[in-house]
Amino acid sequence: MMSIMESFFRALFLILHLDKELLRIIALSIKVSGTALAAAALFGLPLSAFLGFRKFPLRGLMISILNTFMGLPPVVVGLFVYLLLSRSGPLGFLGLLYTPSAMIIAQTILAFPIVTSLGHSAIVSVDPIIRQASLTLGATPFQVSLTIIKEARYGIMSAFIAAFGRVMAEVGAIMIVGGNIAGYTRVMTTTIALETDKGNFELALALGIILLAISLIINSVLHIFQKKDLTRAGR
Amino acid sequence: MSLGLETLHLRKSYDNNEVLQDCSFPVSESGIHVLTGPNGCGKSTFLRICSLLEEPDSGEVRYFSGANVVEKDLALRRRISLVLPRVGPFNTTVFSNISYGLAIRGIKGKEAAERTLKALEFVGLGHKRGQRALALSSGETQRLGIARALAIQPEILFLDEPTASVDRKNTDIIEEIIIGMKQAGRPMVIMTTHDQRQAEKLADTLFVLRDGRLFQG
Repeated sequence: MMSIMESFFRALFLILHLDKELLRIIALSIKVSGTALAAAALFGLPLSAFLGFRKFPLRGLMISILNTFMGLPPVVVGLFVYLLLSRSGPLGFLGLLYTPSAMIIAQTILAFPIVTSLGHSAIVSVDPIIRQASLTLGATPFQVSLTIIKEARYGIMSAFIAAFGRVMAEVGAIMIVGGNIAGYTRVMTTTIALETDKGNFELALALGIILLAISLIINSVLHIFQKKDLTRAGR
Repeated sequence: MSLGLETLHLRKSYDNNEVLQDCSFPVSESGIHVLTGPNGCGKSTFLRICSLLEEPDSGEVRYFSGANVVEKDLALRRRISLVLPRVGPFNTTVFSNISYGLAIRGIKGKEAAERTLKALEFVGLGHKRGQRALALSSGETQRLGIARALAIQPEILFLDEPTASVDRKNTDIIEEIIIGMKQAGRPMVIMTTHDQRQAEKLADTLFVLRDGRLFQG
């Protein structure tokens, strides 16, 4: 068995030489998770605004459900999407199982509650005086809502980044619905799992290092946004 | 035709505590109209109702232009403005804060820039236009609030305790700004203050709110 240090140096070699397979896997990971985040934001942000601005029956229950779903186990989501997309499932006719689209659907389901719940928290934590200030300057209700969303922008960006971090690091759901097919649905996390099983540590380590680097970048950006948000709140 | 307003038998209660009882108040002449009274007597509530930010429990706020009653719609709301005691600056630059009211009216470009700069210079914040609004001192923030309202050129400007949270130096500056508005002849200012000295210094017309009722001073 190759020593850890030897594997590590080989992994660095793969990274520094921009190994084609490595780059393709990274590109697919970013594409799948990025698209899932965009879809989650597309549906989640309007819902978080709706929950933040409107009072209606069962609103509290909806928020509680969203908060609970933030901790959805990826394998359960994978199983759910698998059952939906499998040939005998209700969406089986679409033929999406074991495609990047299936992986995007699974990751969107994982990202959606995070974007919505944290986005909602960011919107409701905007100082109520902002709403009043907008109204005194002649804003319409829609303009007031836009102003509040703009004031919540750092919190909303934090929600996006937290969701992206979650889906990028996720392995269970995409393994089930993507199938980990080489050159087609194989992404960073599933490759790490597979290559570790095979004892091929250099590629697994290289991807692990890149995943950690991406995670570090994501968390650094998240930290910057959170810091700006705290500055805004005068804390 | 300039805008005037009157309040007719306003009543407002919070938790069974009747803050305003039958407050009637006619104002049609330009100048500075000051409403004074002790802290917590309902001055802010009265101003918020007059500026259409709150609804009274009963009674009416009526705006008129000449002999015509003006409908209380968005168009009217855009002819008046209220500067709150806690201004609520937006998390952006001082310049963007001031131009906010213009942007939501679709006024952009050169005209917006000119009006914004004019308002900033009027309150002495021209040199701070590129700074983050949240980094301003409390006195500067209050002046930002006034400039933000002045940029939209309201016909009636309500100022709710504009110097309550600022130091002596900024109090003097804000009082000079208010006097400057009077000298410019626009807008009509209706303000509240608990400071008797300030009320007497600034008021063309003085009103006193006591026990929920309004008296001309």
